[in-house]
Amino acid sequence: MANNKPENEKVGNQDGNTRRDFLKKSGMITALAMAPPGLLAASENKWDERLAEYLETVPLSLEVNGKKQSLQVEPRTTLLDLLRENLQLTGSKKGCDHGQCGACTVHVNGTRVLSCLTLAVMQQGAQVTTIEGLSKGKKLHPMQEAFIKHDGFQCGYCTPGQIMSGIACIKEGHANSREEIREYMSGNICRCGAYHNIVDAIQDVKEGGQLS
Amino acid sequence: MKNFQIVRASSPSSALASSAKDSAKYIAGGTNLVDLMKKNVTDPDRLIDITGLDLKKVERVDGKIRIGALAKNSQVAEDKLIKESYPLLSLALAAGASQQIRNMATVGGNMLQRTRCSYFYNTDLPCNKRQPKSGCGAMEGYNRMHAIFGASDSCIAVHPSDMCIALAALDATVVVEGSKGQRSIKFADFHRLPGDTPEKDTTLKDNELIIAVELPATTFSKNVHYLKVRDRTSYAFALVSVAVALDISGGTINEARLAMGGVAHKPWRLTEAESFLSGKPASAEIFRQAATLAMKGAKSYGGNDFKLTLAPNSIIEALTIAASK
Repeated sequence: MANNKPENEKVGNQDGNTRRDFLKKSGMITALAMAPPGLLAASENKWDERLAEYLETVPLSLEVNGKKQSLQVEPRTTLLDLLRENLQLTGSKKGCDHGQCGACTVHVNGTRVLSCLTLAVMQQGAQVTTIEGLSKGKKLHPMQEAFIKHDGFQCGYCTPGQIMSGIACIKEGHANSREEIREYMSGNICRCGAYHNIVDAIQDVKEGGQLS
Repeated sequence: MKNFQIVRASSPSSALASSAKDSAKYIAGGTNLVDLMKKNVTDPDRLIDITGLDLKKVERVDGKIRIGALAKNSQVAEDKLIKESYPLLSLALAAGASQQIRNMATVGGNMLQRTRCSYFYNTDLPCNKRQPKSGCGAMEGYNRMHAIFGASDSCIAVHPSDMCIALAALDATVVVEGSKGQRSIKFADFHRLPGDTPEKDTTLKDNELIIAVELPATTFSKNVHYLKVRDRTSYAFALVSVAVALDISGGTINEARLAMGGVAHKPWRLTEAESFLSGKPASAEIFRQAATLAMKGAKSYGGNDFKLTLAPNSIIEALTIAASK
């Protein structure tokens, strides 16, 4: 298998030429043929493309995991895409992208929300906390510790959302019984079915009384 | 999702002015609108972000309770005034969506959410509500979730909100603002039946903006219940739901309020059953008779035949639980 790897990568690169890349290149050739010489430098630097992109974007400043971020984003960018694509914070997961699974749950100004249904441009000045913002250095958040201790996951895809939701569930005062936890965690789907252990983990943290 | 312009409104009047141009839509929680835009069910050129408007309070005004249109669903569900005076509303709100969505969704937006009919959501299929005159896929298709009351030949979709079922039972009033000023709409008249124009969910005119919902001074604080029957215990739309508020003294019902969700294009108020219950003893037999009355005129479409049994049973169950509190 190891020997095949470079070859596979090579094939991958050839196939990796997307339709978009092709259109860009062929567009560029046409543009070069028609453009007066003075424009050549501009087109080589893709200034026209950059300008078009810039005009479709709006400035956005917000704080993510305690760090100030100033960006230019398209109005249609969701908070989830902003986190994953622009800030490379890929802990928040894109499960359904339609508000049905809870894998994208983050805290905005201390409240749990679905980042896939949140438009980033509407979060001007907001304080966002993602799964990446929970640990203190190498010390995990008590809820992260509890999920490990109670085996609160199998594949792990829903886990960041479950943990963000679990912390909020306790903060909101909705973790007073197993039934209440199950009801208030119902927006986070786990297709491996680790629900029993997830409830154990949340109960453990609730009883331990440590939430940071 | 198609890209769009977004502007932030600083007052209701500036929101109204911005919405007059292009195909504009107001946005607050966005939990339904953003989803519909992702699915290309709707593609506005411009969004007007109204979240900066001062419409977030729940307060007592002249004996009534006024809920700002931008109050969040979770905020209202847990508000002390609401829990004490209108626990039915609190129960209905808590039965809807998930806590994350309730934290985002506003009262005004909840009222304006679109049906979850799968034909409405799938742009490859016909739907008179999404594309007028294109036909109704549900009529002879997958119609398990669909209406048994008040449907028309052009649409059998149901209204999806839980909150609105309680607001209908509680005789709420909707305060809206348009270019000619403010007006009030009785909750029963806010949503409409499909008729020949299922594309219209409400009686809002042009670009009118919801400002608040008002609850009358009459409270039902004890014998209330919101029963929601669905495919799983939590986080699913209702197959059938029943909002009940009773005023009982010495075993006799003085006043009854009943509304159903999941059965019609609007919150379905059971006025005939309400009048019947008034002055009667709160007994199992009376509840059965009220449920039979409530089902008059019901019609099913194959997939939802079970609702003809589920609905009256739910009415009886909800009345029984409310009366026993």
